Amino acid sequence: MSDQEGARKGKGGTVFVRVEVCKGCSFCIDFCPTHCLEFSHGYNKKGYHYPVLTRPEDCTGCDMCGQYCPDFAIFGVRLKDLEARQRAATPEPLIPSQP
Amino acid sequence: MSSEWTNAELIQQYGIENPVMPYLRQDRLPHIWCPGCGIGTTVNCFTRALSESKLNLDEVVIVSGIGCTGRVAGYMNLDSFHTTHGRAIPFATGLKLANPKLKVVVYSGDGDLSAIGGNHLVHAARRNMDLMVVCVNNFTYGMTGGQVAPTTPLGPTQTTMPYGNFETPFNLPFLADACGAVYVARWTIYHVRQLAKAMKEGLEKKGFVFIEAMSPCPTLYSRRNRLGDGVDQVKYYKERSIIRNGADTKEVGLSFQGEIVVGKFVDRERPTWLESMNEHLGRVLGDKFTPYGV
Amino acid sequence: MHADPKGVMTGVHFIDGDHAACEGALAAGCRFVAGYPITPSTEVVERFAARIPEVGGCFIQMEDEIASSIAILGGAWAGKKVMTVTSGPGLSLMMEHVGYAAITETPCVFVDVQRGGPSTGLPTLPAQADMMQVRWGSHGDYMPIALSPSSPQECFDLMIRAFNLAELYRVPVFFMMDEVVGHMTERVVIPEASEIEVVERRLTAKRPGEYKVYGTDGSLVPEMTKAGDGHRIHVTGLTHDERGYPAMNAMAQDKLVRRLLAKINAHADQLVDVQTDGVEGADIVVVSFGITSRVATAAVDAARAQGYKVGHLRLIVCWPFPAKLFAELAGQVKAFVVPEINMGQMVLEVERAVAGRARVVSVPHPGGTVHEPAVITQAIVEAGR
Repeated sequence: MSDQEGARKGKGGTVFVRVEVCKGCSFCIDFCPTHCLEFSHGYNKKGYHYPVLTRPEDCTGCDMCGQYCPDFAIFGVRLKDLEARQRAATPEPLIPSQP
Repeated sequence: MSSEWTNAELIQQYGIENPVMPYLRQDRLPHIWCPGCGIGTTVNCFTRALSESKLNLDEVVIVSGIGCTGRVAGYMNLDSFHTTHGRAIPFATGLKLANPKLKVVVYSGDGDLSAIGGNHLVHAARRNMDLMVVCVNNFTYGMTGGQVAPTTPLGPTQTTMPYGNFETPFNLPFLADACGAVYVARWTIYHVRQLAKAMKEGLEKKGFVFIEAMSPCPTLYSRRNRLGDGVDQVKYYKERSIIRNGADTKEVGLSFQGEIVVGKFVDRERPTWLESMNEHLGRVLGDKFTPYGV
Repeated sequence: MHADPKGVMTGVHFIDGDHAACEGALAAGCRFVAGYPITPSTEVVERFAARIPEVGGCFIQMEDEIASSIAILGGAWAGKKVMTVTSGPGLSLMMEHVGYAAITETPCVFVDVQRGGPSTGLPTLPAQADMMQVRWGSHGDYMPIALSPSSPQECFDLMIRAFNLAELYRVPVFFMMDEVVGHMTERVVIPEASEIEVVERRLTAKRPGEYKVYGTDGSLVPEMTKAGDGHRIHVTGLTHDERGYPAMNAMAQDKLVRRLLAKINAHADQLVDVQTDGVEGADIVVVSFGITSRVATAAVDAARAQGYKVGHLRLIVCWPFPAKLFAELAGQVKAFVVPEINMGQMVLEVERAVAGRARVVSVPHPGGTVHEPAVITQAIVEAGR
């Protein structure tokens, strides 16, 4: 990844962005219920702006961005889910992988 | 792979991944769809539906025809078949009848399903073949460069309707309803939660399920008609959609940039083709007949 | 493997070729048929529809031949042996799926009870005019197998071979009947199931992850799997790599198309099946297939009575064409006489194989009846001068 814009964690949740896969459609930005995403200033290698978590304090980790994304380039996670995983002695993968 | 993500250290630390990924063939990504195309969003919803459905994914098969949406099968981590233009439904019929244990999903575009494949659509609905059909409707032929489709509303131009479309389009939910589908819904890709829920209900429903998913084609349909980017179409879906569950499908036809009635229109029970066959042959042939595929 | 007794109607029967073909399919293990009515083939599916509920399987009459021809391919990928049945106009509609079967290597049998054409032509009257259509009818390069029965008994016997070959080579196999063979009623002996050899599908033993749907491991025919077995396969009509993934480039095309042809051409010698009568030492050889071979027999007898040294060669497997056999014969005989109920189709293959080293005389017939034997005799006599 070329820059670390957006690598921030909010109180409620956070998002993960696969910068190089993003095609800059802005679905996630426009339809985020808490309007916590914005386009990056920089470009990815394909020349697209990508989403950045500019208001991390507003992110609930609801994953609407993930569900809107046509390129599977973003997803959101609730921090309480992360913490629950941390407490687990041997955390199961959040989503079990297929064989 | 996770190093490509932002917040990579969290991904490492918690061993998490994008919840859609297990349902996709990751070695085939990125996909071919244009920026702002909504097909990927429908696929995203479909993965949520698969996840919620708790089906044994080894027994779920996806069949596509030809075109942009025809490429969906190839991206799903399921047994998948990319068939010929318009023929996904009869191929799926063959799969289902040859092994009734399979859950067979047809995923294709409006041109593929309702033009060249229109005959198969009406007959599979009439027979109540146990298939879930997801029809991604972008009002145009994308893969071939923006030609008029049976779904193109009156008005907009297409490469083969250069002066604007003068053909009356299909009202797909009405067509599916009239032919006997047991579950008919329409959502747009603005309605991701509802679309995913409809797909989950569709996966659990026995019989012919028809789900229309309206989706932008920014490259061909929108640009040609000065409708902006993909996101502008989705904003239009947001602004002009009216949720009307149980609406009379006669009343849900679409017009150019007009009101969009969305919702679950039909949810009824009717014996499937196989149920009818087994019931009938069992009655007529008695002990000589062993019910098939049960 | 022996046939499943449930599908075998052991005994001596007096039935027509269409019915015998259906019994052959059932004996071969065909358990899914999709069809659409068309004269003179419909009796095959009518019988299948009547028989299959008790045998255990499924028949569906689809909305058209296009649907039938791809429904069976879905059926094959769900694990069944499959067949569709049609005649000329229906076969024309099915051509796209012949290509899909070829490129996806789907085992299947297409029965074509030939009638006069072009177009609607002569629905109730015979022809043999689809011979080139089954070889070349779908676009692109592929190599099908085609069998040509000449009696109801052969409609039974060869149908079992048609299914076996489809499984062995994973190609569309054409069963080239004609109206006369289809509607001719004769004695048909159906043996015990234990006397019928059937080839079962070669399903992979590889685990998901190890298995590549078009991986050949150096052979020419890949192992198959079926939907629901957990291999998570992708099958496409696009040019593809060993994983089944689309590969839109000249290298992948080269590799795939060459293998699709090679898997038949490399086995052409094993596939050849001809019936010969007096070919050794003959001056003239009559080449025939299907119903025409029975008419030609009378013509050959008549020419022999007039003192001509005439042999008779009947093509049982028409595609792949036994070119090597004809090239060998070309050095030994003066002329080949090729009667067929079309305006000269298989004769082109004979000419190509003979390559000018012997005379090749076509005896065309546009269809509607079989040849008058005298017409073939006359051609033999003229060739012998």
